[in-house]
Amino acid sequence: MTALRAIFGFAAVSLALVLQVSVFPHLAWDGIVPNLCLLIVVAAALTRGPQFAAVLGFVAGVALDLVPPADHVAGRWALALVVVGYVAGRVRQDTKPTATAVVITVAVSSFVGTSIFALSGILLSDPGMAVPDLLEVIVVAVLWDILLTPFVLPPVMAMFRRLEPDRSLI
Amino acid sequence: MARERRWRSRLDERHRPSPALLVALVLACLTLITLDYRGGSDSPVEPARRAAGEIFGPVETVTANAVRPFTAVPQWFRSQDSMRAELVTLEAENSQLKSDAATQDYNRNRLEEYDGLTAAAHSLGYSLVPARVVGLGPSQSFSRTVTIDAGSAAGLHPDLTVVNNDGLVGRVLRVTRTTATVLLIVDSDSVVGGRVGRSMEVGFLRGRGTLSGDGRLDLELIDETAVPARDDAVVTWGSESGGPYVSGVPIGRVTNVYRSLRETSQRAVIEPFVDFGALDLVGVVVPSGTTSDRSVIEAEGGLR
Repeated sequence: MTALRAIFGFAAVSLALVLQVSVFPHLAWDGIVPNLCLLIVVAAALTRGPQFAAVLGFVAGVALDLVPPADHVAGRWALALVVVGYVAGRVRQDTKPTATAVVITVAVSSFVGTSIFALSGILLSDPGMAVPDLLEVIVVAVLWDILLTPFVLPPVMAMFRRLEPDRSLI
Repeated sequence: MARERRWRSRLDERHRPSPALLVALVLACLTLITLDYRGGSDSPVEPARRAAGEIFGPVETVTANAVRPFTAVPQWFRSQDSMRAELVTLEAENSQLKSDAATQDYNRNRLEEYDGLTAAAHSLGYSLVPARVVGLGPSQSFSRTVTIDAGSAAGLHPDLTVVNNDGLVGRVLRVTRTTATVLLIVDSDSVVGGRVGRSMEVGFLRGRGTLSGDGRLDLELIDETAVPARDDAVVTWGSESGGPYVSGVPIGRVTNVYRSLRETSQRAVIEPFVDFGALDLVGVVVPSGTTSDRSVIEAEGGLR
């Protein structure tokens, strides 16, 4: 069952990545697209806990760092999504998360993830953008992720639950 | 009750992630960052990048082709082959006229300076490999790069100029067999040698990292006394071997000029001719005679 879960996680991340790179730019606002990989990692965290989510976050992050047209220093998204997976997994209560809790978790995760990525860029003195522009990108990214939450989180969470119902409380 | 407790303890176990794993993951990330950061252009991560590109590149191409009919609904109705051929011809003609208009000043000066003959022969010695944009990097990554569906099989290699109907798009960063990654000129890492068409003054154009809005490119002229006029066209300066940018490609138009008192140069704000938010069909400038897996647009307008 663990192998199946891992395969599903990887497949979901791959699909999310391709959609994010090839489909959503057509809908993007100033090039800012919903971070579907982050949503998958949050879904994993809310159903499977921080350990699995952190590993999946690492895999998703490395994919985001390497798959073209990525050109930033590799490992930055990996770091951001490991932290997101861990934090979102810890936030989870022992009960089934309510819709509000899910949306708040997504918002916090998106903010934390994008911010860590942006900060790592500043630390590596990657000539990026000015801080007001950074904040604008982060805010729009959070809004996008919240907007996509009702379409992405429920099916992915249901799938993660179904793949290992015996160990799940929900 | 016992059942409940068992659940709870399992849950707690699952909820308490092993710190070792987390530390290992974070260290792995930091190692990756260090390796790639220190390595520069020949970092050990580059083969992994290429491998990821080989796998995901074709998938991106297929996905982009699948959604293209829906993203360009008006075009979809005329997407029969005959219509498409007509479209390509018109686009080529249009781009020719546009670049003629944009480079008029530049060309006049070039003639005046009697370098017309050699330079024209030089700029005619190139062909275009047509390609479509199949992937766009998210703004959250703060780098402006796109994937195009032509790779080493189409005769591409790093440091080639990428143009479209309107002007300069960017340069090829790395290639896989079927795809290539292009650094857009609006990326904050991008530096392009530019020349103001009217005064022939040279300078460097730097991207600001934003796709839309005002002032997406900054031009710093080397000669501090030169003041570019509003609406002057800026074209590429180009280097001897034609890499990474060939000369004479229109880049943009001057919209504003700032004089900085502390620095010794003028800073002009350039609005690029290319709409980077809606990139689709692009051409990669290759030397004439390059073998390619698709038809190459020759300098005189024919297809090969």
